[in-house]
Amino acid sequence: MEWFNALLADNRIFTPNTIAFYWEGLVTTTQLVFLSLLVGLVLAVPLAIGRSSRHRWISLPIYVYTYVFRGTPLLIQLYIIYYGVVFFDGIQETFLWPMLREAFYPALIAFTLNTAAYTTEIFRGAIKATSRGEIEAARAYGMSPGLTMRRIILPSAFRRALPAYGNEVIFMLHASAIASVVTLMDLTGAARFVYARFYAPFEAFLFAAAIYLCLTFAILFFFRWLEKRLLAHLRPQSG
Amino acid sequence: MKKLLTVSLLGLAIAAGTAQARDYDHVRFGVDVPYEPMEYRDADGELTGFDIELGNALCAEIGVTCEWIEQEWDGIIPGLLARNYDAIMSSMTINDERRQTVLFSDPYITIPGAWFAPAGSEIEEINEEALADKSIGVQRGTTFDSYVTDNYGGVANISRYSTADDMVLDLQSQRLDLVFLEFIVGQVTLLENHEGEYQVVGEMVTEPEEYFGEGFGIAFRLRDEALAERFNEALATLKEDGTYDEIFERYFGEE
Repeated sequence: MEWFNALLADNRIFTPNTIAFYWEGLVTTTQLVFLSLLVGLVLAVPLAIGRSSRHRWISLPIYVYTYVFRGTPLLIQLYIIYYGVVFFDGIQETFLWPMLREAFYPALIAFTLNTAAYTTEIFRGAIKATSRGEIEAARAYGMSPGLTMRRIILPSAFRRALPAYGNEVIFMLHASAIASVVTLMDLTGAARFVYARFYAPFEAFLFAAAIYLCLTFAILFFFRWLEKRLLAHLRPQSG
Repeated sequence: MKKLLTVSLLGLAIAAGTAQARDYDHVRFGVDVPYEPMEYRDADGELTGFDIELGNALCAEIGVTCEWIEQEWDGIIPGLLARNYDAIMSSMTINDERRQTVLFSDPYITIPGAWFAPAGSEIEEINEEALADKSIGVQRGTTFDSYVTDNYGGVANISRYSTADDMVLDLQSQRLDLVFLEFIVGQVTLLENHEGEYQVVGEMVTEPEEYFGEGFGIAFRLRDEALAERFNEALATLKEDGTYDEIFERYFGEE
């Protein structure tokens, strides 16, 4: 314990002040990632259904959207949404400005659109992988296409998509580290601030990395638990 | 094979030993661009500015060649310590916090900080009340960042930027109510380049010394005392023979 106290005594970096910075950063990161994933998920379900539609005028626009957002770096999307919007004349007078003025909402919009594009493609893959037999059985029971989608295709597609979606959640958490380039004080932003103020890259970034690791572990365990519950029927029966 | 390894290790050790005590004949400067008029690129893309010209004149005086390496501000001191370059000449304020990490030359110029706001801004003076809930832009990791954070961090929203350019862009787009900049930089980038659109608010800020230090200095690695001494002597010579004044007047006019 003595060495620990000694370490704290001559440590000039981790004062209550900087810890508060990290805490605020953690809150911002969590809010940003959670909200963008939530909204992204809600958007992705109808988009994925539309994307698997046989009508090209429905599936093609959605394909273009996912192609653009998966085909360009998130950092560029963030720059365009944060710095780009101000070049529309008169944007400051519109009702959107109070939101776009803050760094938080442009970042939220960029992250949401990005994760929605990836999630759409994950779900589409899962929907496409539904076995013909299940759909034919549903039709034989007289289910309408809508009812088939709701009762048969989606529930099994969500289960199949779960492991891939868990990865997307972790990617999103890590991608959120770029939010600090538009002045947002997220966890990485806090680390950059401490780094620049004390010229201590190792301490500042290792501490942030440790927090990211904890968050990632929490997400991993949550999805493992979820998979265990929802995919129980796929596990080999012990017996 | 083993012998070869020993010999080459020995060679490395000697090379490292000489590198430590070496006499520089080529000095690499780290600089954060743009920071008009201290360091920026002109219309042809050439690196220029007060720091650049003075630095080149100092190198010529000492008889070394110099090279300018661009580096974003928040990594500029770690870059020096990592030997990406040998000195920093980039409007760096001398203060005690930095002295723990780097060795400073004598100050070569003193420039106050100032608050800039859009013309017609309702903010007329600088105090905690006037700045409550206002958005202030500063450059991350600068002494100005520390000054604003420590004094107004509790009442105002502070946005930190990697470059002065991004900050000016956000002042133009009305995301920021105020920016806190070196006066001379704000004068060129805001007052002159956008005439009539911006104004200085309140007094110039030069105190307390804890933040604003003794002026700008060239930063070296702590062990490069000999090199710093050579630059100090050259600076004194240039101030005496009028070269310094000539460069100064070109950028800041007569004063």
